[in-house]
Amino acid sequence: MWNRIKLFLLNNGTLLFTILIFVVGYFICGRIYPAMQKPQVFFNLFINNASLLLLAIGMTFVVISNGIDLSVASMLALTTVASAALLKANVNPYVIMPLMLVMGISFGAFQGFIIQRLKVEAFVVTLMGSFFCRGMAYIISLTSVTITDPVYKSLGLQKVLIPGFGKTYVYLYSVVAIIVFLAAIYIAKYTRFGRTMYAIGNNEQSARLMGLPVERTRILVYAFSGFCSSLGGIAFSLALLSGYGQYAPTMEMDAIASVVMGGTLLTGGVGNVIGTLFGVLINGTIVSVLQFNGTLSSWWTRIGVGVLTLLFIGIQMLFQLGGKKKAS
Amino acid sequence: MKKSNLFDKFRHSRLFWPLMALTILLIFDAFYAPSFFKIGVLNGHLYGNLIDVLNDGAPLAIVAIGMTLVIATGGVDLSVGAVIAISAAMGAVLINPALGNQLITNDILTADRTNTPLGLIVLADIAAGTLCGLWNGLLVSRVRIQPMVATLILMVAGRGIAQLITNGQIMTIYYTPYFWFGNGFILGLPVSIYIVALVFVIAWLLVRKTSIGLFIESVGINSRSTHYSGISEKNVKLFAYTFCGFCGSIAGLILSSYVHSCDANNIGLAYELDAILSVVIGGTLMAGGRFSMASSILGAMIIWTFTLTMYTIGIPANTLLAAKAVLVMVVILLYSDQVRGLINRLGTKKGGSNVESN
Repeated sequence: MWNRIKLFLLNNGTLLFTILIFVVGYFICGRIYPAMQKPQVFFNLFINNASLLLLAIGMTFVVISNGIDLSVASMLALTTVASAALLKANVNPYVIMPLMLVMGISFGAFQGFIIQRLKVEAFVVTLMGSFFCRGMAYIISLTSVTITDPVYKSLGLQKVLIPGFGKTYVYLYSVVAIIVFLAAIYIAKYTRFGRTMYAIGNNEQSARLMGLPVERTRILVYAFSGFCSSLGGIAFSLALLSGYGQYAPTMEMDAIASVVMGGTLLTGGVGNVIGTLFGVLINGTIVSVLQFNGTLSSWWTRIGVGVLTLLFIGIQMLFQLGGKKKAS
Repeated sequence: MKKSNLFDKFRHSRLFWPLMALTILLIFDAFYAPSFFKIGVLNGHLYGNLIDVLNDGAPLAIVAIGMTLVIATGGVDLSVGAVIAISAAMGAVLINPALGNQLITNDILTADRTNTPLGLIVLADIAAGTLCGLWNGLLVSRVRIQPMVATLILMVAGRGIAQLITNGQIMTIYYTPYFWFGNGFILGLPVSIYIVALVFVIAWLLVRKTSIGLFIESVGINSRSTHYSGISEKNVKLFAYTFCGFCGSIAGLILSSYVHSCDANNIGLAYELDAILSVVIGGTLMAGGRFSMASSILGAMIIWTFTLTMYTIGIPANTLLAAKAVLVMVVILLYSDQVRGLINRLGTKKGGSNVESN
């Protein structure tokens, strides 16, 4: 029995540690700023970080399959601008949203194709993709475009009450993010696609030798990331009711940091989506603490995220060392 | 198509592809923006777009030299932009006495004088950047964190640190001698070009005249076998990252001197990306191994030639990003073995007719 618990701890150690840090951190913050104990403040994390969560979910998949996608934040910005511009041209909003998703998916798949077929570094391809998307966003509009469409407005302000918490609410797009999150857990754990993804991340060659569809899976992973980023873009444009090429300037880095904090190894093959959620929540908690404090300047967010990332990497390495000792 | 021996040799040289790209760009300029080649003399200084390419591209070229070494060891340094900001912030703070929260009148701030001697400022700049590089190097070589994550930490935190140094202010510099690095002229040419040359010579002497270059390539090709052949692969990596930090600090010095200010949020923004692009355009593989610093400098020049060309023909700065992305993607695809194989196959079939690369 004890051995079993030990094994479970070793396998899920980083994840448990992330959750622990979040809970303890949030508890301490709650003691310092009593307002943070309100359930609404907690659920605000989901409202404020819905887009980041969506991007981070896509990023988790990419990172697990031993890649990286730097184009997510730019794709988000491009989606906001494109949808705002299309709305201005009086296109039906229910046409625009699927269109945006198709754009994200096809762009992601295209990147995946170049990475997989033409054997160019994922880092370079997605970096170029990021430049390309931002540039396209600026080509569409150099300035911020406001959204006045009633459908977008009502969707963006649609509150969903949390059962059991009285008046506490989240917005509709947070619910969408949560649904994608649950779907991602299912996909990663229980589908053939998800398991292939882990296999590729661990060792591409052996995955290929096992007869797994490496090429298709990798392209699909990038397509999924593109889907998540354009969905994040829709959520973002619903939240802010405008589109602008400069939105989310470094969100890809926030997403990567959240993924790392969630216990996913950047070398691929190890990690899960649940950890990513807590990575995002930790990120959001730091930001809300700064807001509650009011005197701390915004740069402490960056330093805080950097230090935490370092901390989590240290913990991961400890667990890895522990696992190796166990194996030998 | 005549293929002399010399041409063949040149074609397989590292400089061939970057030079080709640069030539194509310049030919494009010759047709669409003939004014690009105009070089005039004003107050004894040369000026013109080509000089601008050299001057504006200088910080990038310096960063690219450091980045080449890091990439050659099989790593990558994402923190150079943050290092630039830290080093620039260091310089700006030492000049302006705006430390802490004490009340300082506008007269003191805008006076053309400095709080610290210039030599000390430069030293502090370089020390700050080199320290950042050392930190990266320690994380990568001693703690064994993957390079991308290790430098990501400083990339995220670095700008925060720079803002901490400047207390969140955009610091304007009014001290004239400091401007010399970015705006001065020696023999009619901008000082920054000489600084690039100096850094390049230092790097070249270090790398090619000692065995360090060989060690770096060997670490990039196979770090474990390097370790087993008795080379301290840790110290080689430590050196590469530290040197990259050093290069970043010099770029920060030039940039802050060029714009007469330090905005910790925006100075050197996306330089890490441009530096990586320069290296990739220069033909050094991201996987590590053989490298060429000269072709990385050429890569930086290509990026700036392209940028200034786009400005010249009147494309808005922001939309430039998309064009840049397409350019670099084409260049990188030309480098990829798959596409090259395709071109070679088509070339032998059709006897070297022009081939579209996708």
